[in-house]
Amino acid sequence: MTALLSVDKITVHFDGFRALDELTLSLQAGELRCVVGPNGAGKTTLMDVITGKTRPDSGTVTFGGRDITRLSEHEIVALGIGRKFQRPTVFPGHTVFENLELTTKGNKGVFRTLFAHLSADERQAIERALELTGLADQRRTLAGLLSHGQKQWLEIGMLLVEQPKLLLVDEPVAGMAQHEIERTEEILASLAGQHTVVVVDHDMAFVRSIARTVTVLHEGRVLAEGPMRDVQNDPRVIEVYLGA
Amino acid sequence: MSQVAARVRRAMHHWDVWVVAVVCAGVTLVVPLLNVLPSERSPLHASEFLVTIVGKFACYAIVAVAMDLVWGYAGILSLCHALFFALGGYAMGMYLMRSIGTEGVYRSTLPDFMVFLDWKELPWYWHGFEHFWFAAAMALLVPGLVAYIFGFFAFRSRIGGVYFSIITQAFTYAAMLLFFRNATGFGGNNGLTDFKRILGYPLREPSTRAVLCALTGAALAISYALCRALAASRVGRVLTAMRDAESKVRFSGYNPVAYKLFAWTFSAVLCGAAGALYVPQVGIVNPSEMQPSSSVEIAVWVAVGGRGTLAGAILGALFVNGAKSWLTVAFPTAWLYVLGGLFVVVTLLLPGGLLQGIRALGRIPSGTARLARSVRSLAPKRDSSSPPPAHSIAGGEKTPP
Repeated sequence: MTALLSVDKITVHFDGFRALDELTLSLQAGELRCVVGPNGAGKTTLMDVITGKTRPDSGTVTFGGRDITRLSEHEIVALGIGRKFQRPTVFPGHTVFENLELTTKGNKGVFRTLFAHLSADERQAIERALELTGLADQRRTLAGLLSHGQKQWLEIGMLLVEQPKLLLVDEPVAGMAQHEIERTEEILASLAGQHTVVVVDHDMAFVRSIARTVTVLHEGRVLAEGPMRDVQNDPRVIEVYLGA
Repeated sequence: MSQVAARVRRAMHHWDVWVVAVVCAGVTLVVPLLNVLPSERSPLHASEFLVTIVGKFACYAIVAVAMDLVWGYAGILSLCHALFFALGGYAMGMYLMRSIGTEGVYRSTLPDFMVFLDWKELPWYWHGFEHFWFAAAMALLVPGLVAYIFGFFAFRSRIGGVYFSIITQAFTYAAMLLFFRNATGFGGNNGLTDFKRILGYPLREPSTRAVLCALTGAALAISYALCRALAASRVGRVLTAMRDAESKVRFSGYNPVAYKLFAWTFSAVLCGAAGALYVPQVGIVNPSEMQPSSSVEIAVWVAVGGRGTLAGAILGALFVNGAKSWLTVAFPTAWLYVLGGLFVVVTLLLPGGLLQGIRALGRIPSGTARLARSVRSLAPKRDSSSPPPAHSIAGGEKTPP
């Protein structure tokens, strides 16, 4: 089976600091992968490289057989990679419904958008996202007025409407209360299977509850990769996480 | 067509649309007709002076609407909108110069300033401007093209916020210096003036001036309707989304460069049209129109009227210019203090501008709106014309970490 996404020998420097060091990683379609690692391990930089926000100094990123290393953000989105940021980013001046409307899949050129109307399918996709994220009652609320947790869900909902082939989720439970974490786990679990999902986090309890395969990053390299149980018992991982 | 009709019907439920409709009707019909129909001794007679000033203000209002589209909705604070206005004005001015014919001071077929500079023939870029249609097309195309090229490089390099504003200011300043030079071929610091007629009609004739005023009113109505339709479309929502969270827009699959360029260029074209209507009414265009302060004043009109409302921009342009006309005569030295004070007061106390103030004063009685409200007093509907949430003045972007 060929990989949906492969990251091949990616190196990124920031002022002499090696954020990613010949990092190589590949991902099968339908997988739910967790990427963990201590602060500064390069998790967010990896996401930035995949989504076109940061240009790597060397190496290539291939998605669905296509080299996407030099494409810009919106082109990568159009190919089917969606990203959820660490801090919830929604459009605060728009209602929940409008937020979802803006992310509907399809041609996003100016002139197409000028005369765009929601199709029945799109409406249905939005309703489904409202249902799944539990925001159906807030559809007319301005997104800026939602709670932190609701914003996170709305952002996930926006990605659902977008229907990406690959979903990158950056620290989805940071700053969430326990009951919100559980709800997020449910949402993410329901996504796996239909979508390929990469979750970046350093909350080990959360990772343990959702992960099947875990990749541990350390100083810009892959330190260990495999099922959660194996990774947890890997002495190198223990050393990195707990200190020698 | 039925879609348009439905939209118009829906828009009629908003009182701000009625305010604009009244303003446009006043400029298009009432003032010109009161100038032409009643005899000069009648108390109803609208003077020449009034017609000219109303036409002038309507041109400013078009610029304000255009400015509001890019600043209020897309969050791009332009400080070079007066340049686009002036370019439109120059294009029309060139036609008006050419149509003077041999009636100039030097009785030459060349414009006076060229004779004065001892030029023997028309520079190549003056060719074609003897035709009205050509000049009218250029009045739209030149500002549009200049805006497109400038915007392309600025937006592609992701220049935004105050940096963009500063560059636009430098841009209009550079253009002003260029136009000040005699060698540039646009009349140097005197600009273009002494116009005689437009399309064969003498510009001194009251009826010509009344028609120009009416046309300006119609242009204002069209500009407002286009901008409002644009703001209500999904493109409008992308523009406001970009203002609030540009990076998220990019990661939602939209190319912000294309959207900004579209709004920016469209806005510049509207300014060009306003400039082309302005020059025959005022009778002169010179490089001082391109002063950075003129562009800053446009931003003040919009801020005073209320950003992101379109109707507010029109009210702001009329109010500030009305105040300016009165104060510069009554208290000439005080005007700049009043303008500055107005800006401070509005920024501090009325971030939503005059429109917000009016709204706060009470429900403006609008027949249909009130009727509609009392009929279905249950289920209050969201007022889509309400001002957007406060954001930084330059529309600074909130970037995710």
